[in-house]
Amino acid sequence: MGDPSRMADNQSPELFGQTPWQTVGPYFHLRLPWRGGADLIGGSQAGAPELMPPGQLQREPAASSATSGRRIEIVGRVLDGQAAPVPDALLEIWQANAAGRYVCAADPRGELPLEAGFSGFGRAASAPDGSFRFLTIMPGRVPDPHGALQGPHLAVGVLGRGLLKRLVTRIYFEGEAGNDTDPILALVPPRRRGTLIARRIAQAPGGAPASYRFDVRLQGEGETVFFAY
Amino acid sequence: MEQRGGGQETERPSAGRGAARSGAQGAAAARPVRITPYRPEDPGQPNSLCPDYVGSRLRSPREPLVRVPETLTEVTGPDEFERLLGPALADLTTQHAGAPLGQRIIISGRVLDENRRPVARTAIEIWQANAAGRYVHQQDEWDAPLDPNFTGVGRVITDEAGRYRFVTVRPGAYPWSNHYNAWRPAHIHLSLLGPAFATRLVTQMYFPDDPLIDIDAVANAVALPYRQRMVAHFDIHSTQCAWALGYVFDIVLRGREATPMQA
Repeated sequence: MGDPSRMADNQSPELFGQTPWQTVGPYFHLRLPWRGGADLIGGSQAGAPELMPPGQLQREPAASSATSGRRIEIVGRVLDGQAAPVPDALLEIWQANAAGRYVCAADPRGELPLEAGFSGFGRAASAPDGSFRFLTIMPGRVPDPHGALQGPHLAVGVLGRGLLKRLVTRIYFEGEAGNDTDPILALVPPRRRGTLIARRIAQAPGGAPASYRFDVRLQGEGETVFFAY
Repeated sequence: MEQRGGGQETERPSAGRGAARSGAQGAAAARPVRITPYRPEDPGQPNSLCPDYVGSRLRSPREPLVRVPETLTEVTGPDEFERLLGPALADLTTQHAGAPLGQRIIISGRVLDENRRPVARTAIEIWQANAAGRYVHQQDEWDAPLDPNFTGVGRVITDEAGRYRFVTVRPGAYPWSNHYNAWRPAHIHLSLLGPAFATRLVTQMYFPDDPLIDIDAVANAVALPYRQRMVAHFDIHSTQCAWALGYVFDIVLRGREATPMQA
């Protein structure tokens, strides 16, 4: 049976502790992304490339919907250290609703409204060209632990083949009130803050959602700021 | 390993509060919210760069991570699992007309936090290869048979005691291109949302006495003894007589710090 220390797992008091992260590998499409998973507004199939043979079990969660808030689209690409597209990355977003409330029991601010159909959580698998697209609403501003309002932001987790553990970052939005005084952005070296700010894409006037561009550069020139906490 | 910066959580630009409070949403949204942060990652977590795992070389940051305090954003997380993740799939052997080939197994255990408290009502998403080591995925080109009776996908939610259980078949090992004659040990992918964005975990569960673990670049990204936290153990008590072998695998998520912080 070998060295006893090597037989211990998380059932043994001496080894008890955080289960280590492992990469999602190249086949996470089997389970994690779903059609419509990148669309928090509802009405599209964004989120999951077709990598499963027909006839296999597909997840069919209830559709998302959000009726209040400014509709936005976020497009971008995931790029590696040679600026090559990453075709097997998974992005997860977590955000407050338009009123600045998280759809979660751990948000104690019951005075702020919830909205049926809006969960605040989305997933998008990258396409063969590394691209992804989220459809959602501009999140409301939420306080930091001192009561100061943060700029509107999405929490972003980046997973994928080659990523042994999740990288976390945030998306802020060009031109939004509160970016200048945001307590998290203030901790980022000024020369790197721009990597966290989605840029407004010029578009024809009309009813289309406002469109933003946010690229995730995993390494090298213009590397995205990733956080530890 | 990085240490949590003791001073960071109280430091912020002096202009921040007043300026933010004059923002568009008014005072209601700025009521201070008590936050009990989650602990940072422990020494058992792998580095993002692990050169022996070739895929990590160009996909790991070179700049240092920026340490920031947790806010309401990080200590909340999705919890509408039924709606988001679809119906429960706790038995991977009954999703098709017939039974899949391979050794039928029962995986069970508890999800706990670092304070040894059960994590109730958290979603575990599961995916794996079939008994021959082949995934139902268009990009898996290994020449091993698909099983028409096995997809290899599941989803369970922990009960009030943090317990979970699913039934599947033992996945096969398979070759991959990381280096010459590289083989992945048998493993099951497990994805946990946990109670908060900060507690997210995706791991791989390995089987005891698998000789391939020692030569696997992904498992070896985690140093011993911590690597053993990813190895399930055989358990005769959860083995079901004349039906299926039982393995126990407890999963530990980041736990909260002892003291809440309040502004």
